[in-house]
Amino acid sequence: MSGGDDPRGGADWRPTAGMAAVALRARVLAEIRAFFAERGVLEVETPLLGAATVTDLHLASLETRVDGRRRFLQTSPEFAMKRLLAAGSGPIYQICKAFRDGESGRRHNPEFTLLEWYRPGYDHHRLMSEVGELLSRVLGVPAPETLSYREALERHAGIDPFGADARDLAGRARELGLAGLPDLGDDRDAWLDLLMSYTVEPRLGRGRPTLIYDYPPTQAALARLRGTGDEAVAERFEAYVEGVELANGYHELRDPAEQRRRFAADLARRRDRGLPQVPVDERLLAALAHGLPECAGVALGVDRLILLAAGASCLDEVLAFPHQRA
Amino acid sequence: MAYSTNQFKGGLKVMLDGDPCSIIDTEFVKPGKGQAFVRVKLRNLSTGRVLEKTFKSGESLDEADVMETEMQYLYTDGEYWHFMVPDNFSQYQANAAAMDDTVKWIKEEDMCTVTLYNGHPLSVQPPNFVTLTVTETDPGLKGDTSSGGTKPATLETGAVVRVPLFIQEGEVLKVDTRTGEYVSRAKE
Repeated sequence: MSGGDDPRGGADWRPTAGMAAVALRARVLAEIRAFFAERGVLEVETPLLGAATVTDLHLASLETRVDGRRRFLQTSPEFAMKRLLAAGSGPIYQICKAFRDGESGRRHNPEFTLLEWYRPGYDHHRLMSEVGELLSRVLGVPAPETLSYREALERHAGIDPFGADARDLAGRARELGLAGLPDLGDDRDAWLDLLMSYTVEPRLGRGRPTLIYDYPPTQAALARLRGTGDEAVAERFEAYVEGVELANGYHELRDPAEQRRRFAADLARRRDRGLPQVPVDERLLAALAHGLPECAGVALGVDRLILLAAGASCLDEVLAFPHQRA
Repeated sequence: MAYSTNQFKGGLKVMLDGDPCSIIDTEFVKPGKGQAFVRVKLRNLSTGRVLEKTFKSGESLDEADVMETEMQYLYTDGEYWHFMVPDNFSQYQANAAAMDDTVKWIKEEDMCTVTLYNGHPLSVQPPNFVTLTVTETDPGLKGDTSSGGTKPATLETGAVVRVPLFIQEGEVLKVDTRTGEYVSRAKE
């Protein structure tokens, strides 16, 4: 990727995406808006700059100052949209920019376009169906297959993700011949993420979308848990098309005390790992205390959706100006 | 100086398991939620071997004290090959391991790219194109400048390349050292 000046002596001012891809983006956005208009889902906007941000260990927020006060570019509009839901908005969607530091690659750009929507009264399975309908509409793909997380890892990596310990998972990664493995120690979730990223994901969504649901409780993020002990699963799902991870959704956690515990646990783990501390979103917690309706929500990467619609392999082909040329 | 995975890019020289390596390519992956990884393809500059390593995003590697410098080849004493930096006349000696295949392409006064590691030559790259005299080849067919046939020719440095049938002993040839292929007769 060219970083600086081009050989003709000028700065690299030109878009990396062709005009056909620029036009395709406009069509995909119009299609998404028509999809939600027909279904009576309201388009909303929420701030990109927030006083608080996510505590998730694996999301790095970009920080700036407004009138001298610390502000965070949002990694997704989730917290603000939940405040609208708690205030009685009904079903809502948003198309906005999201920002994640340190995420740059063929399918990552530190600023990207996210489609996020919430459905009061839905659980994750009902929302998964709607994700499948949206994908059919925009990409013309057939109805999705659905696999539980356990089935996906058993089928594509040959291991039970709930029964295996870190040693088993590390051994399986070696058997699968994954190259130059990092030392992930006894971090089960990191081993699972490694197997998921390098072995399972490339096999998902081939010919039709794959929806993966019911994740290990340690990977719940903001999803609610179902069951207890060995039976517990997080009601979270992901959507894949042609090996590309496209969407992440939850049957949303509504319990403010549980939400506060998860924030605190994230912050403690951030401290252990020397990651920055971030302010907890007290306004979200207050909204949950007021009452979030039973709902499911999902965030879908629009740039990747356009990449798939264009049959491209690298985001540069569908972003007018990727980060290196921003 | 250490580089974090998000600073990795092609051409960066880093230390891996005690050896200096050059990064060829990197690929960032991340599951929907959770740990991100960077898979890196590197060339071990000591052995020339290409290897793949997977890192947790955010891990770091120390910079390798590796520098590429243009130097003029002076002579060999049989054990070492001697080079000089034209700007400041400082001299370096490379051993046979550092020279590797390069010995068969260069002659005195040729400019080479010498990779220094902690101040010592680690590897020596010949120029992309060299001009060398044919010292030995079968007579072949005089006047045949069109047929596609080739024959081996030994050059003054000892390298053997495939050349067209019309090439004669004593001719000066341009050769691409990256492919080891004949390019043309050298225009003197």
